[in-house]
Amino acid sequence: MTGIYAENSEGQFKKAVLEAASYASQIGNGQIVAVCVGQPNAGEADKLAQYGVNKLICIEGISAFDAQVYGKEIANVLINQGVNQVVFANTYEAKSVAPRVSVIMNASMASNVIELPETSNGFKVKRGVFSGKGFAYVTLDKANKVIAITPNSTELKKQATSIQIETIQSSGSAGSTTITSTTKAGGKIPLTEAEIVVSAGRGMKGPENWGMVEELAEILGAATACSKPVSDMGWRPHGEHVGQTGITIKPNLYIAIGISGAIQHLAGVSSSKVIVAINKDPEAPFFKAADYGIVGDAFEVLPKLISAAKAAKN
Amino acid sequence: MKILVCMSVVPDTTTKITFTDNNTKFNSQGVQFIINPYDELSLTKALEIAEQHSGTVTVVNVGLADADAVIRKALAIGANDAIRINAEPKDAQFVAEQIAAIVKANGYDLVLTGRESIDYNGGMVCSLLGALLDWPSVNVCAKMVYNDGKIEFERDIDGGRQTVVSNLPVVASAQKDLCEPRIPNMKGIMAARTKPLQVVEPAQVEVASSYEAFESPAAKQAVRMIDAENAGQLIDILKNEAKIIA
Ligand SMILES: Cc1cc2nc3c(=O)[nH]c(=O)nc-3n(C[C@H](O)[C@H](O)[C@H](O)COP(=O)(O)OP(=O)(O)OC[C@H]3O[C@@H](n4cnc5c(N)ncnc54)[C@H](O)[C@@H]3O)c2cc1C
Repeated sequence: MTGIYAENSEGQFKKAVLEAASYASQIGNGQIVAVCVGQPNAGEADKLAQYGVNKLICIEGISAFDAQVYGKEIANVLINQGVNQVVFANTYEAKSVAPRVSVIMNASMASNVIELPETSNGFKVKRGVFSGKGFAYVTLDKANKVIAITPNSTELKKQATSIQIETIQSSGSAGSTTITSTTKAGGKIPLTEAEIVVSAGRGMKGPENWGMVEELAEILGAATACSKPVSDMGWRPHGEHVGQTGITIKPNLYIAIGISGAIQHLAGVSSSKVIVAINKDPEAPFFKAADYGIVGDAFEVLPKLISAAKAAKN
Repeated sequence: MKILVCMSVVPDTTTKITFTDNNTKFNSQGVQFIINPYDELSLTKALEIAEQHSGTVTVVNVGLADADAVIRKALAIGANDAIRINAEPKDAQFVAEQIAAIVKANGYDLVLTGRESIDYNGGMVCSLLGALLDWPSVNVCAKMVYNDGKIEFERDIDGGRQTVVSNLPVVASAQKDLCEPRIPNMKGIMAARTKPLQVVEPAQVEVASSYEAFESPAAKQAVRMIDAENAGQLIDILKNEAKIIA
């Protein structure tokens, strides 16, 4: 049987979880079971049903996130349900939990998976390697499998069914960690899940000039990102830093403003579907990696883009 | 305080990645290998904690003899000793099982990894070790402070940050911002020559996965330039031709 981990983000199942559900229903035949910690908001389970999940099991009695506890409790439920393949959306939470589940289930695991598996001879997945500079085809050899898929990589395919919801009590495994505080970048779209990203580099000259970047992002419904020196200098929060040593993203659209396009930066963004580079230097390396380019001063180009984007909305 | 730092040896970040043997192997010809950048951070942090709390830092690598030069660099940066598990690092699960065996045999209070290695990008070893050892694991940490038998971590979560306090032993992974990586000085380089680098044979483990083939990303089509004067045209193209914005 095929399972998914339905990460519960304040009662909601995000798009990445629905992608995991859709992936699971395309590789599984028969029942698809989702496991979630806590109770989702009303109507959320129906979203899973749209993508083929027949059963949602909510684990009650876990007070806070602890990787060790989550790993055990989630694996317990999956094993009890007879699940042999599990799909995770590769979020931060999944990175802490999925490998632990794979150990407890004695499963083979692959992360960064970007396509449906090839199953004519074994179970072969395609995953991103070398920070965007390559892909690998990997066969998962053990009978049990854990697959963590990159958000925005796989298709959302409707496969509506009806869903049964069950609540079970956690087995009470104890953790050794305590969360003492959490800060969320309130209301903003998380970078790893954003479909559009507006990103800017040192060419913006200083943090006081980010208003235009944020405005364009807001109109487009985009998340904001930046290059490494920009976060190193404290112009932008470190969570916005994309690239080899930052976050790897794969949005549908990546707009790079005043970023040179160094190989380490491209490593984190080159899998974006469409890339736009805006740079005053016609020789900037980013133009070689871009689909669309504008040679010009960001301080003149951005206001034009903002007014065009506003006009296009109306 | 015994600290173990897991270190992978990876191609330099400027490497042009190509594959050989009919795309079944990474082409290491002419490639310069370095300490995985995140592991450089965890090594530096381990040294800081060890210095403040009279601890020791051991570096462990799963790899073949060609990794020794890079392991010596870690010793030059300041690790007390190193262990190399003499095997090709087949996949994250293989690596984690080998390291878990070392941890069980030697006993450590703190095990650090990088958030991922920049070659295979698995991002799994920290959490795998946590499960194999049945320890807590705290992933993607930008801050680690040891205090009174516990460690306070600041870790990245989806869309934010979280402060977590853990009992020891614990395994944690390093993220940028954790510290400024140390670089070796002359004294360190001299000392590294005589520091112990123990080579041990791998434990027998079940094969979890096999890398069958590699592929390079498809070449990009030539960029389409839009005149800066008519920059607004970009929005029209993205909306009506590329159909990528609403
Ligand atoms: C080990 C290692 C890891 C690294 N990891 C990363 C990483 O993860 N992410 C990352 O981003 N970098 C990374 N780097 C750094 C990387 O090599 C580059 O230095 C960095 O990406 C450059 O940032 P930038 O493009 O913002 O700045 P710059 O290189 O200074 O480029 C600024 C650009 O803005 C343009 N510009 C200036 N003014 C204007 C204007 N008014 N209008 C329009 N354009 C303008 C310039 O022409 C230039 O191209 C790493 C480096 C190393 C060695």
